[in-house]
Amino acid sequence: MDAMSLLDWALDGVLAFVVLWLAWRALATPTLFLAVVLFIAFGVVLALVWARLAAVDVALAEVAIGAGVTGALLLAALVRLEPTMARGQAPAAEASEVRHDD
Amino acid sequence: MTTDPAAAERPPEPLAGGVPPADDARTAEDLPGLARVLFGLLLLALFAVLALAVLVLPPAAPGLSAAVAARIGESGVSHPVTAVLLNFRGYDTLLEVAVLLLALIGTWSVGTARGCGGTAPGPLLLHLPRLLMPLMVLVAGYLLWVGAHAPGGAFQAGALLGAVAILGCLSGRRLPALVLGWPLRLALILGVGVFAALGVGVAALPGGAPLEWPPAIAKHIIVGIELAAMLSIGAVLAALFVGGRP
Repeated sequence: MDAMSLLDWALDGVLAFVVLWLAWRALATPTLFLAVVLFIAFGVVLALVWARLAAVDVALAEVAIGAGVTGALLLAALVRLEPTMARGQAPAAEASEVRHDD
Repeated sequence: MTTDPAAAERPPEPLAGGVPPADDARTAEDLPGLARVLFGLLLLALFAVLALAVLVLPPAAPGLSAAVAARIGESGVSHPVTAVLLNFRGYDTLLEVAVLLLALIGTWSVGTARGCGGTAPGPLLLHLPRLLMPLMVLVAGYLLWVGAHAPGGAFQAGALLGAVAILGCLSGRRLPALVLGWPLRLALILGVGVFAALGVGVAALPGGAPLEWPPAIAKHIIVGIELAAMLSIGAVLAALFVGGRP
């Protein structure tokens, strides 16, 4: 391996750790809205990783499409799944019983 | 699956006031503990194998960059990524734009569009798009132009244009119904149409082959294709967000 400075290693290490941590948190968090927000953050940090790998075109596309448009699509889908959640209210009790039947 | 086991396994914390937990919280239909540990170990082993595979790669892998650099003079652009995307492997980009259009056709065949904005946008959403949207259009145009000699290009610019439309939709701005008729459909097919037409057209030139741009006019062909593709990609992404046929 060619010599990378300590700063490079530190930066890459932080980026790798943050990417893995965001991915794990996005999958493990119980609230879907938080999961989508973490996914968007994951997309942004992944774009930084692409830029670090000298693939700047991919980084631009990742942050615009992977983080931006996909995040917006997921949020729109979330709103259509749970319209009461979009208003910040808990759903009615019988509605939550019906949902847990599948 | 009955509700009883789900209710027994649901995280038991009631929120303040006895309100049931948020309904978009996940039910605890998890695997039993041992299976989770084994699965985690399996994933860890897979990660280790992949990390090892990446670490033993040679640090400098030129790949095809030498071949691209040798012929980049004939491609009409000076950025190797754009040259590969729109000249040497233009067929792949043509298929990508076509796939986007197919995805939209699939989405439109499922249902009609419901509005994507709320009924009462907050103050930020009312005023910020008015500043941001023209700026984003300008940046999209810049990304399109700079793609010839630096990272950028049609897909990135198109995604930005799509984001402009999404922002406009979210802040309650509606396009007139006339624009959502044939102008929208024209914008959607413009990318594939222009690309395919030019690809077939160059075959009619003497000594030409499909999708093989003559070096003398390659630059202009690429600019034309990128412009059409940018408009198309922006329209497709925005229409995918809105989610149904108008």
